[in-house]
Amino acid sequence: MRKFSLVSVPYFWLLILFLVPFLIVLKISLSDTALAIPPYTPTLDLSEGWAGFKAFWSELDFENFVFLTEDALYWKAYLSSLQIAAISTTLALLVGFPIAYGMAQAPDEWRPTLMMLVILPFWTSFLIRVYSWIGILSTEGFLNQFLLWLGVIDTPLIIMNTKIAVYIGIVYTYLPFMILPIYSALEKLDGSLLEAAEDLGCTRTKAFWLITIPLSRPGIIAGCFLVFIPALGEFVIPSLLGGSETLMIGKVLWEEFFNNRDWPVASAVAVVLLAILIIPIILFQRNEQKQREAGK
Amino acid sequence: MAVPVFAPWDDPTQKPLIQFKGVTKRFGDFTAIDNQTLDIYTREFFALLGPSGCGKTTMMRMLAGFEQPTEGQIVIGGKDMKGVPPNEREVNMMFQSYALFPHLSVWENIAFGLRRMNQPKDVLEARVEEMLRLTRLTKFAKRKPHQISGGQRQRVALARSLARAPKLLLLDEPLGALDKKLREETQFELMDIQENTGTTFVIVTHDQEEAMTVASRIAVMDEGRVIQVATPSNIYEAPNSVYVADFIGDVNIIEGAAKRAGDGYDITWAEGVPPLHTRKEEGELISIPDGGKAYLAIRPEKVAIHTEKPQGMTNAVQGRIIDVAYLGNLSTYHVRLANGTMVRAQTANTRRLALRPFTWEDEVWLSWTDTAAILLAE
Ligand SMILES: Nc1ncnc2c1ncn2[C@@H]1O[C@H](COP(=O)(O)OP(=O)(O)O)[C@@H](O)[C@H]1O
Ligand SMILES: [Mg+2]
Repeated sequence: MRKFSLVSVPYFWLLILFLVPFLIVLKISLSDTALAIPPYTPTLDLSEGWAGFKAFWSELDFENFVFLTEDALYWKAYLSSLQIAAISTTLALLVGFPIAYGMAQAPDEWRPTLMMLVILPFWTSFLIRVYSWIGILSTEGFLNQFLLWLGVIDTPLIIMNTKIAVYIGIVYTYLPFMILPIYSALEKLDGSLLEAAEDLGCTRTKAFWLITIPLSRPGIIAGCFLVFIPALGEFVIPSLLGGSETLMIGKVLWEEFFNNRDWPVASAVAVVLLAILIIPIILFQRNEQKQREAGK
Repeated sequence: MAVPVFAPWDDPTQKPLIQFKGVTKRFGDFTAIDNQTLDIYTREFFALLGPSGCGKTTMMRMLAGFEQPTEGQIVIGGKDMKGVPPNEREVNMMFQSYALFPHLSVWENIAFGLRRMNQPKDVLEARVEEMLRLTRLTKFAKRKPHQISGGQRQRVALARSLARAPKLLLLDEPLGALDKKLREETQFELMDIQENTGTTFVIVTHDQEEAMTVASRIAVMDEGRVIQVATPSNIYEAPNSVYVADFIGDVNIIEGAAKRAGDGYDITWAEGVPPLHTRKEEGELISIPDGGKAYLAIRPEKVAIHTEKPQGMTNAVQGRIIDVAYLGNLSTYHVRLANGTMVRAQTANTRRLALRPFTWEDEVWLSWTDTAAILLAE
């Protein structure tokens, strides 16, 4: 009995924090808009008993999901989000791997400090940090001023309100999620394996590709998912840095909720986003599972 | 007809495969290897023996190319190895930790070095299969390193380092992780492989029995220096110092003052007892000035034990049995002499326990012939 209650605690939290909200969203996505509070119908009226429940049930339908397929905006937004998330993930990998590698090569006594530096940005609000990028990237921003001063350019670069600004924002924000799992994989790497590879005829570069990369692959995969999954539904960064030009599903979702007050369509968008995310999440779980097995 | 003995180190026409020429290796201001000069010959099974931290691994790593000598020169096959990276040396190393690639199967681990040699596929495959057969791993070819036992892993490491048919194979405490029985089996396997492949082996060990079993020559090291290089029997029978005598096997050391006497030396070691005499059957004894400090090293199995004073023995000393260590086939008697020196005498237990005449607290006589002891100056 004690064991049962111990095991049931995490499931209880999952139920409260994930499943119940999801079921509510799912229910709203099957409803219709209404000028009411809350702005959808039907609502479940328990005072009418079983008949009320049947009436409620019969009014639920998939209209909103059908609607998503009819308006090109939605699938374009999904595709564009997938593309932006994929490109940002690749960029984060290209930036994050060398940082993680450098950290793993650093002398032991430096490592805690370097780790701190990677985590440090989390100590200030995410929103403020994204805002401050406006100050860096805008036409009169630090970056342009600096480049003008250097004489590298003579007209300011237009970065703000483009996809490039979104990439920069996402890479910046999610970089620690890329660095930490890769670092933890690289740190475990036994240096004598690289020596053995060299001993068996590899150059250092070859040993890096044949040993370091395959052995840090679980970390790379974990890092990629940890960036890709939140980036896909990202709303704040494209809103603040991407301007009207950038189409992302997170932004569409926000507009449906707060500008159109169309909760049912917004919920349908969210449900489809979740369905899309489930695939990488399952793959991520598999990767973790495999890693645990290999570690045994 | 005499079988030619394998002793290239005694043959001045032979060129050594490996030459250390005044090699010093420092880490910061710590000297790990101190002005080392050493020759190792083709087809040797050369053992580096010494306590932990004496620099054995450092010697190997310099041969493999992972460390560069701070001073001096290492020559392999007549070629100065300065600046030659590990991947360009015809040297392979079997790592102390095995360093198997965890993401590759046994087969791929063994093939790893061969793949770097740009051989045709069928040659490579045949070689891997041959290595698998040699190390009796054919059944495990598809497994990953974490799916096989410690002994099998060690054989994979051996197969992997042999696959490229290196001129020189370095083995850093290869059998350290194995239990005694498996270790002994593997020692003989190693000797077989060494003979069949004709590779030169340099093995590091801190197990003197292992070194005695496998090696053609042994270098006994201490604190970054080789103290003596000799064949196992010479290391045992003719150590050049108390350190070596003490490191290899069991030995009694009696300290005294030397004085030239006849064809040998008399060693005065205690008041009021006759000096001990020592000489050599063939060859010259080391020379010690009269009254100079000398040590006699006597192996316990060369000390005889008697109840009465033995007649006609040059070296006889009296003492009391303090302890008896019964080892089944052998017994070792720990005898304290009048001046407190402890001497161990070992006898074969040819008689049943009850019939043996010595036990604790007995007054006994110990004796040895005048050629049994080794005279040492340091
Ligand atoms: N990379 C290194 N940096 C500093 N000291 C080292 C290094 N490698 C070895 N040493 C030191 O050199 C000495 C010899 O080491 P090693 O060759 O590994 O000894 P052994 O293999 O005989 O046990 C040890 O005292 C060790 O601490
Ligand atoms: Mg060592």
